[in-house]
Amino acid sequence: MATTAHNAKRLHRFDATKRLVARLQREEAVIGGIGHSNFDLWAAGHRPQNFYMLGSMGLAVPIALGVALAQPQRRVFALEGDGSLLMQLGCLATVATLRPANLAILVMDNGTYQITGGQATPAAGGADYVAIARGCGIAGAAWAADEADLERLIDNALATDGPHLIGLKLDDQGPAAQTERDPPQIRDRFMRGLGTKTSKLPG
Amino acid sequence: MSQAWHEIVLEVLKANEIRLIPYVPDNVLKPLIAAIHADPFFTAFTTAREEEAVGIVAGGAMAGMRGMVLMQTSGFATLANVLASLPCAFQIPVLLMISERGTLGEFNLGQAAVWRTMRPTLEALAMPHQVITRLDECGFIADRVIRQALMTQQPAALVLSPLLTGAKASPVKAGS
Repeated sequence: MATTAHNAKRLHRFDATKRLVARLQREEAVIGGIGHSNFDLWAAGHRPQNFYMLGSMGLAVPIALGVALAQPQRRVFALEGDGSLLMQLGCLATVATLRPANLAILVMDNGTYQITGGQATPAAGGADYVAIARGCGIAGAAWAADEADLERLIDNALATDGPHLIGLKLDDQGPAAQTERDPPQIRDRFMRGLGTKTSKLPG
Repeated sequence: MSQAWHEIVLEVLKANEIRLIPYVPDNVLKPLIAAIHADPFFTAFTTAREEEAVGIVAGGAMAGMRGMVLMQTSGFATLANVLASLPCAFQIPVLLMISERGTLGEFNLGQAAVWRTMRPTLEALAMPHQVITRLDECGFIADRVIRQALMTQQPAALVLSPLLTGAKASPVKAGS
């Protein structure tokens, strides 16, 4: 039986993020959404192909889509929180229409706005992000049943054509660290990591 | 015979390698959108919101594919937060082309009201912007604004005035 929103194990976000990062061997780009989604990406160990958002809530998937369209040979992951995705649900329809084969979306669903005090999102009535994604046309969208299943789904996203969407049910554990907030530096390093900027300045 | 504004804009986009064109449609932009879709040089598609298109162009720009978002005035009014915190803060040359509604014969009060927020918002963001009113200046302004944005790593907006595009006023007479 397929994993549903109700029987998916609640994972720790930092542990799940580390499992993703450990499987990235080919300079895959990762866009960390606003707040704790990118804090834990940062805490998992900076990679030159990481981009950490600061504001622009809801744009992790669109930014990742832009990167995926520009560099079709590179795999691109968006790490987006559930509250953030709710701000820009229409982007799932866009992704389904464009069908970028190299794009994977991880929805980090703890059901709350954790960074502002843990208030419940308006999806508390039972909105199911994987079902929404499938309804938009991302046919392979799936909830991760547990840690091993998450790793299987990430491997699948790395090895097969997407777009992919993986839903992660999370517990309420806080972030492991806080990202350094220096946007031009983040952009500069990300562009060097993607090979779109070269500089004699040490980076 | 002189070129239409949208033919000039198309040439400027191609000359500056602006390929990625996500947009929320607008009637005045229709001939430009049609020409962009007809040319395989471009990757053009609609988005659900203008914010989404700004994110896509920001991602594309960082990954080496230049882009521009097409919208109308009311769409620009949805963007202050994402412009401030993404292209302005990160210094990414996200280009906007705004079809100006709400002025010079607007018939929709909502459009007229939101039009008043456009220039103050652009100025408050300290975002470079130019209004194009004349056909003979269209190519020069569009090209220079785009080039400056790319060279200085700043977002920029091009506003297409009804003086340029001939956007139609309501055929209904006031008071009738």
